[in-house]
Amino acid sequence: MNLRPDPTFYPSPKLAMAGPAETLAYTLMLSPDASQPDGLAVVNVNPQSAEYGQIVHKLIMPNKGDEFHHFGWNACSSALSPLSGHAFLERRYLIIPGIRSSRIYVVDVKGGPTAAKIHRIIEPEEVFAKTGYSRPHTIHCGPEGIYVSTLGGGGKDGTDGPPGIFIMDCETFDVIGRYEIDRGPQDKQYDFWWNLPRDYMVSSEWGLPPQFEGGVVPEDLLSNKYGHRLHFWDLRARKNVQTIDLGENHQMALEVRPAHDPVKEYGFCGVVVDTTNLEGSIWTWWREGGKFHAKKTATIPPEPAKADDLPPLLKGFEAVPPLVTDIDLSLDDRFLYVSCWGTGEMRQYDVSDPMNPKLAGSVHVGGIVRQAKHPSGNAFGYGPQMVEISRDGKRVYWTNSLYSTWDDQFYPGDRGAAMVKADVGKDGGLTLDKKFWVEFPKGYRAHQIRLEGGDCSTDSFCYPSA
Amino acid sequence: MEGLTGAAAGLWLAVVASGVYHGVNPGMGWPLAVSAALMERRRAALWRALAALAAGHLAAMLAILLPFAALTLLIAWQAEIRIVAAVLVIALGAWIFVTKRHARFLARVPPSRLALWSFLVAIAHGAALMLVPIYLGLCHAGEIDAGHEAAGELMGTSVGIAFAVALVHSAAMIASGGALAWAVYRWLGLKVLTRGWFDLDRVWGASLVIVGVVALATAW
Repeated sequence: MNLRPDPTFYPSPKLAMAGPAETLAYTLMLSPDASQPDGLAVVNVNPQSAEYGQIVHKLIMPNKGDEFHHFGWNACSSALSPLSGHAFLERRYLIIPGIRSSRIYVVDVKGGPTAAKIHRIIEPEEVFAKTGYSRPHTIHCGPEGIYVSTLGGGGKDGTDGPPGIFIMDCETFDVIGRYEIDRGPQDKQYDFWWNLPRDYMVSSEWGLPPQFEGGVVPEDLLSNKYGHRLHFWDLRARKNVQTIDLGENHQMALEVRPAHDPVKEYGFCGVVVDTTNLEGSIWTWWREGGKFHAKKTATIPPEPAKADDLPPLLKGFEAVPPLVTDIDLSLDDRFLYVSCWGTGEMRQYDVSDPMNPKLAGSVHVGGIVRQAKHPSGNAFGYGPQMVEISRDGKRVYWTNSLYSTWDDQFYPGDRGAAMVKADVGKDGGLTLDKKFWVEFPKGYRAHQIRLEGGDCSTDSFCYPSA
Repeated sequence: MEGLTGAAAGLWLAVVASGVYHGVNPGMGWPLAVSAALMERRRAALWRALAALAAGHLAAMLAILLPFAALTLLIAWQAEIRIVAAVLVIALGAWIFVTKRHARFLARVPPSRLALWSFLVAIAHGAALMLVPIYLGLCHAGEIDAGHEAAGELMGTSVGIAFAVALVHSAAMIASGGALAWAVYRWLGLKVLTRGWFDLDRVWGASLVIVGVVALATAW
C-alpha cells in the first residue's frame, strides 16, 4: 500500500521520459499448437547485468490453449488525475487475456523479477455472462477502471452480436460489464486508446473471429471484408460520435496511437494492406472544429519476389506486402515505429510534423523472402512485429510472432520465438544490439512486450508536457 | 456569555480550517486547475477552473446545510438533531476508513463539467457533511434568544448562518487550493503531484469520525 502515488506514475510524458530506465521486460509466450500452456517471460534488459538479454523467470499458466497476445497494467499514470479517484493504486498487476480462450489472468509482479505469480483467474464463462463479448484483446486503465477491447461477440464462433469493450474493477478485477451505450455503426473491433482530458476515444477494426482464428481468409481479404474504419467516441458518455471509413481497400486498421501529450489532438493508425496494390500505410487522424478527420500520410510499397520464394498464399502476387502489423509512438511524439512483418523491416518515421512523416531510420531482420539474420548470427524467424519503446525513447524492443495461424500461412514451418532490441540515434536512426538476443524455450512464440514501470503503449497522461 | 463567544470563535476557526484542509487535498480538484491552464496555455484557464471548483463546493455545502437550517426550527428536538447529524458523520467516516471505496459514478462526469464534479465529490466524500456538526454547534452557540424569536426570524437566522458557513468554508477551500495550484503552475511544476500527494483516505475518514464524536460529546 502506497502512501504516495506509485513512483512509476508520471503527470506528463516529459516527466515519464526523465524517469529511470527499465531493467526488466515482460514478454508473452504462446504455444502455437496449444501443446503447452502459455506463459509470461521476465527478461533482464539491464545492460550492466550479467543476465542481460536472458529470461530470468518464467510464469507458466495452469491451462492450455489460451493464446496470449496483448496485455496491460492494472494502473498507469492516468491515476494522477483527481477525476479518477484512484491516485493510490499500485502498478503491480499485469492483466493478460487469452485471445483464443477468453480467459483472463491477473498476474502480480511485485517483489522482484522472480516473484511473478498468478493473483486471480477470470474464467471465460464470467466474461461471456457479464459482457456478451469474447476474445479479449487490448488493455488500458482509464477513468472507470480497466478497459478491455474484445474481438468477438457471443456464441461459439463469436458472431452473435458485435464485439466491443468491457470494463473491469481496477481493485477487485471483477468484470463489471459492457462499455458502450451507443456503438453507432461499429461492428468490428481491434485496438482503442484515448485522450483523457479531452474526453475522446478512438477504436479500430480487424475482423470477426471466423476471419482470423483459423488463419487469414483470402476470399474475405480480396473482397475487402476485413475492418477498414476508425470509430471516435465521447469517452465518458460512452457514445460513438463519428465513424471514418478509410476506404474498403485499406484492409485491417489495427493499432491506434494517439499523441501522448494530451494537448495534441491527433494520432496515428496503421493499415496492414491495401488490396489494390499490397501497400502498407500509416494514417494520421486529428480533431479540428469539433470533427475528426483522417488522411493517409505514409505508404510502404510491396517488394517484388519470385513465386518460388513465396508461401502459397502469396505466390500469385509475385510480391511481398510489407504488412504493417504494429506501430508505436515515442513519448515525445517524435518517432513512430512501424513493423513491416512481411518484408522484415522495422521503420522509424520522424512524425514531428504529424501530417508529413519522414523516414528517419530502418533495420532489416527476418522477412518472408529477405530472411535477414540478426547481427548476433541468429536466424530471425518471421518478421518484426510487436514493438515497444522505452520511456526515454532510446531503446526499441520487438518480437516476431503475429498470430499462431497467420504465422503458419505467411511463414510455413516453425521458425522460433525471437525478441531483439535496437538503439536509437540522437536524431533518429536504428541499430540492432548485437548482444541482445533472447533465447525462448522450445515450441513457444513471443508476442507483446511490456516494460517495467510503463512504456510507450501503456500510460495515458492527464497533464501536458509543457 | 464569554464562554459562548469562545465556543463560536472556535467553531468559526473549524469552518476555516476544514476549508483549508479540503482545499489543499488534490482529490478535491486543484490539480485540475493546473491541468486546465497547461492545456489551454494561458493562466486565465486556471482561475476559471478554480471558480468552477469553488462554485461546485459551495453548492454542495448549501445542499447539505440548508435542510438542517430548516430543522433548527424544531427547537425542542435540538439535541436529537445534533446527535443524528453526529452519528451520520461518524458512520460515513467509519465507512470511508474501512472500505476506502470511491463512488464509481464520479468517473462518468466529463472533465469539462468541473463544477458538477466538484459538487458531487464534496457530497460523495462527506466534505459537506463534515460541516453539519460545526454548523449546528454555531446555531446552538447563537441560540440564547431562540425562545423569544419568532419562527420566521429564527429561520432567517439559521439560513443566514448556513450561508455564512458555506461561504467562509468555500472561500478558505479555494484560497488554499488556488494558492497551491498557482504555485505548482508557476514555480513548483507537476512533479509536486507525485511527491506531495498523500493518501488521505484514512485520515479523511478519521477526521469525519472525530468531528462527529466531538459533536456528540457537546450535543447536550
